[in-house]
Amino acid sequence: MMDMIITPFTKYGLVMAFLIVGVVMYISGLVSKLTNKRIAGSAIAIIIGLILAYIGGVVSGTGKGGIANIPLFSGISVMGGSMLRDYCIISTAFGARMSEIKKAGAAGIISLFVGVISAYIVGVIIAIMFGYSDAASAATIGAGAVTFIVGPVTGAAVGASSEVVALSIAAGVVKSILVMILTPFVAKPVGLNNPKSAMVYGGLMGTTSGTAAGLAATDARLVPYGAMTATFYTGLGCLLCPSVLFLITKAILG
Amino acid sequence: MVIYGLLLLSGCMYVGVLIGDILGKLTGVNSNVGGVGIAMLILILLSDYLLERDMLSGKAQAGIQFWSMMYIPVVVAMTASQNVVSALSGGPMAILAGVIAVAVAFAFIPMISKIGEPGEPLPELEKKEA
Repeated sequence: MMDMIITPFTKYGLVMAFLIVGVVMYISGLVSKLTNKRIAGSAIAIIIGLILAYIGGVVSGTGKGGIANIPLFSGISVMGGSMLRDYCIISTAFGARMSEIKKAGAAGIISLFVGVISAYIVGVIIAIMFGYSDAASAATIGAGAVTFIVGPVTGAAVGASSEVVALSIAAGVVKSILVMILTPFVAKPVGLNNPKSAMVYGGLMGTTSGTAAGLAATDARLVPYGAMTATFYTGLGCLLCPSVLFLITKAILG
Repeated sequence: MVIYGLLLLSGCMYVGVLIGDILGKLTGVNSNVGGVGIAMLILILLSDYLLERDMLSGKAQAGIQFWSMMYIPVVVAMTASQNVVSALSGGPMAILAGVIAVAVAFAFIPMISKIGEPGEPLPELEKKEA
């Protein structure tokens, strides 16, 4: 009997993910109405998603994959995987205006460099404070503060221990999740209400998943602008961290 | 036909990701460099060209718009498959590194946004259902 209930969910994973996410969106809409729409439905849906990911990680005993680790929800990993995510991000560019992108050109490029380097420095300083003072470990944790992809890429390149690599991934995941949650609340004070500042924001934050969700919860029309710069961030991080930034760190730490 | 919209979208994705991979190879980075961003630029340029010449039917546009409206649900599915447990169990160091990196980045937004022409806020709009 139990099997019969579960089988459609595993057999038609992606389609059942539409069902599950549809329910989550519907509930989020109701909760949003309760707050007089002061908190956007999409922001609530994203927080529910994170709670589900936590529950899934605890129940299955391994955090990786979040709720998708439970067979009942396996389709979620297809729907939320990088293929459909990137496809949807690209589609949001339909309707974005070239003139807006040109306007942000210089600021967008500067924000990428400032974003990668500042996150790296913060990560390195915190790593040293916690006693990871050899160049390879500090650089790997610094790279993790850039994004959770740059961390392990750098760790592999500079020969960091697997414990340090795991920490760097954790730092990156914390950053990405914070960006998802905080963006709608911080949007007003930092002036995140136009395509140009959205591009700067994408360049500074970098985490594609974080900016994608953060902007979706703030104003969905800003998504294409923020996402566009964010997709260059990880590449730039992978370029700078294991090379120039690592060498500078090594020269300083000896 | 709806599929023509998807043809355009998928074609942009293919070319963008391919260029991103080539850039990654050329720069010696073992990762894709900006593939999705490049695909977005190609889509903007191509759709501008096609729309101006009336070569993109309403149905083809609907094919692209469907995916951009699916964006938020897909993002929700993505958040549900994040490794939240590891983020919380990474201990104080990982959490502190993440928190301060985000705080510093937010502080830079107003500063860098001042560079070049000022951006204009998007017009207010009624709560749009996605």
